[in-house]
Amino acid sequence: MTTYYSEEHEWITVEGDIATVGITQHAADQLGEVVFIEQKEADDEFEKGDEIGVIESVKAASEIYAPVDGVVVEANDTLEGAPGSLNESPEADAWIYKVKLSNPSQLEDLMDLDAYKAFIG
Amino acid sequence: MTDAPKRTPLYDLHVELGGKIVDFAGWDMPVQYPLGIMGEHKQCREKAALFDVSHMGQVILKGDNVGEKLEALCPQAFAALKEGKARYGFFTNDAGGIMDDLIVSNAGDHFFVVVNASMRHQDIPHMAANLDGVEVTEIFDRALVAVQGPAAENVVGTLCPAARELKFMETTLADINGVECRISRLGYTGEDGYEISIPEANAEEIARAFLAHEDCEAAGLGARDSLRLEAGLCLYGNDIDDTTSPIEGSLIWAIQKRRREDGGFPGAARIQREIAEGAAKKLVGIKPVGRAPARAHVEIQCAEGNTIGEITSGGFGPTVGGPVAMGYVAKGHGEPGEQVNLIIRGKAQPAEIVALPFVKQNYKR
Repeated sequence: MTTYYSEEHEWITVEGDIATVGITQHAADQLGEVVFIEQKEADDEFEKGDEIGVIESVKAASEIYAPVDGVVVEANDTLEGAPGSLNESPEADAWIYKVKLSNPSQLEDLMDLDAYKAFIG
Repeated sequence: MTDAPKRTPLYDLHVELGGKIVDFAGWDMPVQYPLGIMGEHKQCREKAALFDVSHMGQVILKGDNVGEKLEALCPQAFAALKEGKARYGFFTNDAGGIMDDLIVSNAGDHFFVVVNASMRHQDIPHMAANLDGVEVTEIFDRALVAVQGPAAENVVGTLCPAARELKFMETTLADINGVECRISRLGYTGEDGYEISIPEANAEEIARAFLAHEDCEAAGLGARDSLRLEAGLCLYGNDIDDTTSPIEGSLIWAIQKRRREDGGFPGAARIQREIAEGAAKKLVGIKPVGRAPARAHVEIQCAEGNTIGEITSGGFGPTVGGPVAMGYVAKGHGEPGEQVNLIIRGKAQPAEIVALPFVKQNYKR
């Protein structure tokens, strides 16, 4: 199990060919209090860079961009009723998608934890 | 503009309290503190919140018949404004648009005016050029602090008993910690409260004294925006501007009867016509049915699918517990209860036209 980080402040934890995707604590802190999330559904396909959801905080709407190519296996449906969990537990309970990776080699373009920490300064 | 943002006398206090500073209309202002927008909003609705509004323009008008002369620039009955009273109003242009909104107070030997931070550069020269025989002085050495919420009377009254005696839209001079301040019972949150003009040298000390009260916490511009939106109050530049008339902006309540009938202010022809015949569009409250916030510039469609207008302010209302918005709809639409659709990210989301405000105003009349 390995966790990667994107410049769009997502984390991707990979087990086999399935990855769990969420936003980092840093991203959650920057967004402020989350009040709404719009997610894709199971079987939706996407490519790296596609908009795969929107998170609305009290301040603004922010798009979620796909860090890799894949297909949604499962969207975390607890978030709709409890969007605030994205502030409380963005790197655990408040995961956003489980996805099947279409192109695992893209993971090499992402950062590890140390590189991400350096990235956010 | 390449000028560095200006700082208010409370800037160091904002930083010390952990305020997240943003550039707002050329000023370094706190958008929120560690409590967060939601918590600060609820603090104001339930207890009391302190806002720094020193970026707004404070102006002294001195001369004979200032109220009467202001009537040539504004459609309010300022000539009839009694000493110790304050009134909401706006400057209109010849086309009947709103140049800015403002609060005018009759302070006895002068009038005290507060205008928006973003419009100071326009409003002060506008008054100086058009108020004949009136000395127009912009004040740069006083902070303006708002203490708002049901506990505001106790927070301010503890330090300044005279504040308790004021009613909504009344103003007086009184000492706070031995410093003479102008205290006005008004605000822009929908709650009871005060705006207090304080000499800059004493501003931090007095703000700290308010914050020392157990019911008072600092709140930033983020909470100020969600509070005024729930209260159905217009934000200049978003909900009203120099093209929208007061009738379109649903601000007819702020034009007193004599002025509606007699005119004599810039744009009176359009404004009086719209009073008689209705305006081409009007500002209404809009309550999305679902959870998705509808923000400014979202398209409004009628049930049949035609575009009828646009959201001008919208977001999440912490007291309402869901999304709230205001926007313009075309003539023939806008009755409370009308079902509309909001086009959010390409998808039609159902919403209903509702009467404003979203949260009952809690003024001390």
